[in-house]
Amino acid sequence: MIEFISSWGLPAGLETLIIILVKIIAILVPLLIAVAYYTFAERKILNYFHCRVGPLHVGPRGWLTPIADAIKMMFKEIIIPSGANRTLFLLSPILAFGPAIAAWAVIPFDAELYLADTNAALLYVLALTSFSVYGIILAGWASNSKYPFLGAMRSAAQVVSYELAMGFALVGVIMAAHSLNLREIVNAQQGGFWMWFWLPLLPLFVIYFISGLAETNRPPFDLAEGESEIVAGYQVEYSGFGFGLFFMAEYANMILISMLTALMFLGGWLSPFEGIPNLEEWFAWVPGTVWLLLKTAFFMLLFLWVRATFPRYRYDQLMRLGWKILIPITIAWLIILGGAIVAGLGPWFD
Amino acid sequence: MAEINSYTINFGPQHPAAHGVLRLVLEMEGEVILRADPHIGLLHRATEKLAETKPYNQNIPYMDRLDYVSMMCNEHAYVMSLEKMLGVKVPIRAQYIRVMFDEITRILNHLLQLGTHAMDVGAMTVFFYTFREREDLMDAYEAVSGARLHAAYYRVGGVYRDLPESMPKYEESKWHNSKDVKGLNSNRHGSLLDFLEDFTERFPGLIDEYETLLTDNRIWKQRTVDIAIVSPERALQLGFSGPMLRGSGIEWDLRKKQPYEVYDKMDFDIAVGTNGDCYDRYLIRIEEMRQSNRIIKQCIDWLRKNPGSVMVDEHKIAPPKREEMKGDMESLIHHFKLFTEGYTVPAGEAYAAVEHPKGEFGVYMMSDGANKPYRLKIRAPGFAHLSALDEMSRGHMLADVVAIIGTQDIVFGEIDR
Repeated sequence: MIEFISSWGLPAGLETLIIILVKIIAILVPLLIAVAYYTFAERKILNYFHCRVGPLHVGPRGWLTPIADAIKMMFKEIIIPSGANRTLFLLSPILAFGPAIAAWAVIPFDAELYLADTNAALLYVLALTSFSVYGIILAGWASNSKYPFLGAMRSAAQVVSYELAMGFALVGVIMAAHSLNLREIVNAQQGGFWMWFWLPLLPLFVIYFISGLAETNRPPFDLAEGESEIVAGYQVEYSGFGFGLFFMAEYANMILISMLTALMFLGGWLSPFEGIPNLEEWFAWVPGTVWLLLKTAFFMLLFLWVRATFPRYRYDQLMRLGWKILIPITIAWLIILGGAIVAGLGPWFD
Repeated sequence: MAEINSYTINFGPQHPAAHGVLRLVLEMEGEVILRADPHIGLLHRATEKLAETKPYNQNIPYMDRLDYVSMMCNEHAYVMSLEKMLGVKVPIRAQYIRVMFDEITRILNHLLQLGTHAMDVGAMTVFFYTFREREDLMDAYEAVSGARLHAAYYRVGGVYRDLPESMPKYEESKWHNSKDVKGLNSNRHGSLLDFLEDFTERFPGLIDEYETLLTDNRIWKQRTVDIAIVSPERALQLGFSGPMLRGSGIEWDLRKKQPYEVYDKMDFDIAVGTNGDCYDRYLIRIEEMRQSNRIIKQCIDWLRKNPGSVMVDEHKIAPPKREEMKGDMESLIHHFKLFTEGYTVPAGEAYAAVEHPKGEFGVYMMSDGANKPYRLKIRAPGFAHLSALDEMSRGHMLADVVAIIGTQDIVFGEIDR
């Protein structure tokens, strides 16, 4: 593909631009399809947890349901409440959706398959995923209505309580990998299943995933939407594609968090059979991307599993969880980790 | 500029946690509730007034529609009040059938309560599990009365008809192939009693299933323990009854304290709480389902061994058999009188109460000797509970209000009547 574009003989700057655009499309299209079918998978899988069958009627065995949903959302009227702040009201879904998509720029899908290979990739991801919360808070504020406002308030409270724990969990990863670059973080985990960071960073791994649930507003931390309390929270006043963008942002973020967890703690595209005789050779033909996607799919399933199992936290309880449990554990583990790295504890840090 | 300390929020009537048409005006400071003002009347259907215009028998279906998740218990209170006034002795088999269906109804109600309560607190799955079991019990309702919800099965002097000897079966369709249908019908080959016995065998295991999801779940405990504590004294003052009263630690159950029908022959325990919080009330309802299961088992055993009449042999209030009616003048007259005018009840007053799944459900009947009630007053347990909502939710958060509505087991059919 790249050779084909080079053969056009365009000026160097334009050529780079076109190559980047092609790469963006190559990431975005599968991502949006994944988002659409993740919603379908959620309904189906959740329904099997619930002993029911789920969508069945649109297309063969319901497989066109997400397409129908998308069309429905696109053609519905966007209603702007009369008391709302028009600009912010329209801006906030974009603010929620934009970062969820932009964060994918630095994700490496294989050793040599990525859009941007930046040294501050982890910081970039952290910044962008945190940014999408502003979309929610602004949506709640701009709607000028009480239920969305409560949702926004809860969202703000939620942000301050889990973002720190999430940040600390990432500090552990950076310490262990000596790099902020996602590609180098994965490469630092080479050496098979027991060398991946999930084991030496086990508490951080768990906390990162819990914070990921909170960050994406998923149960048991879906207080900002709290269906049975504040109905849909910040989304109450949104209809049509405004709602659609929030919806897509949530699912894109879920996939993103799953993939980041797979990259940082489960060795990304590395084969789980590395270092095991026979098995390693038998599975050598499997491309790294497949491993990465399988690991991502596991975490995506976990998102749904958690939703089917747990009740919702109250928002003061979430804050207590964040401040009194998650942050102390991460700090304690960072100290232990520091000691382990200085001591050169094998097999991970020697 | 004036300082704003609190604001009001309109919770319902269109709200997923409003359990129908509850409208709450909440005065809040941030998320903390300062005052909760429940508004009633959105489901008012004037049942009590309508009852004054109908012959006694035709009011039974209205009773189903009061608390529409515990239908037969409502009917029970109504027919008991009339039986008191008429001095009718119900055949023993009918009494056992009534007790059995009261307990089936209790399980139906508690399953719905548990499911919606869990759903309000955010645990979706329990809701679908409980509805799976409700399906079986509603099939039992259907087998015996023809209707899944509004049964109209109890009659003054007994029950409408004896238990059926066969259960309706599933048929093959686009959605169920012959293998599915075979599985679905596996427990439907015998009589209704066989079907129910199979259910009582399975049910304790299914309750365990709900309990694994909730009882020791940390989040569930955080959301229910110490929420909406009601002291025993206060519970009495507020007129609580049923699980709400027992949750506060008062051992009061009409089935034990004022046994009606054959409850005195039944072996069962009543669960009592200690703290009076939402978690206790949850545990009590779980335990009540297990006890109801025991009672149903005992009823099944008795009903298997003792066939007999299920309706009094008094044709002034119970219609004669159809074949008699065709050949016998007297029976024809009775039939005609019963289905046009109905029966008359001697002038007087009577109150009858049953231990309804939600508490004490009573019917106060007043007759002036006509074929319709002169006045009918319904004592709905939910009304007393709802009026305590303000007190229970004060100082808690918005998310707790939802849990409190769940724990009160509010159904607007009986509150608004």
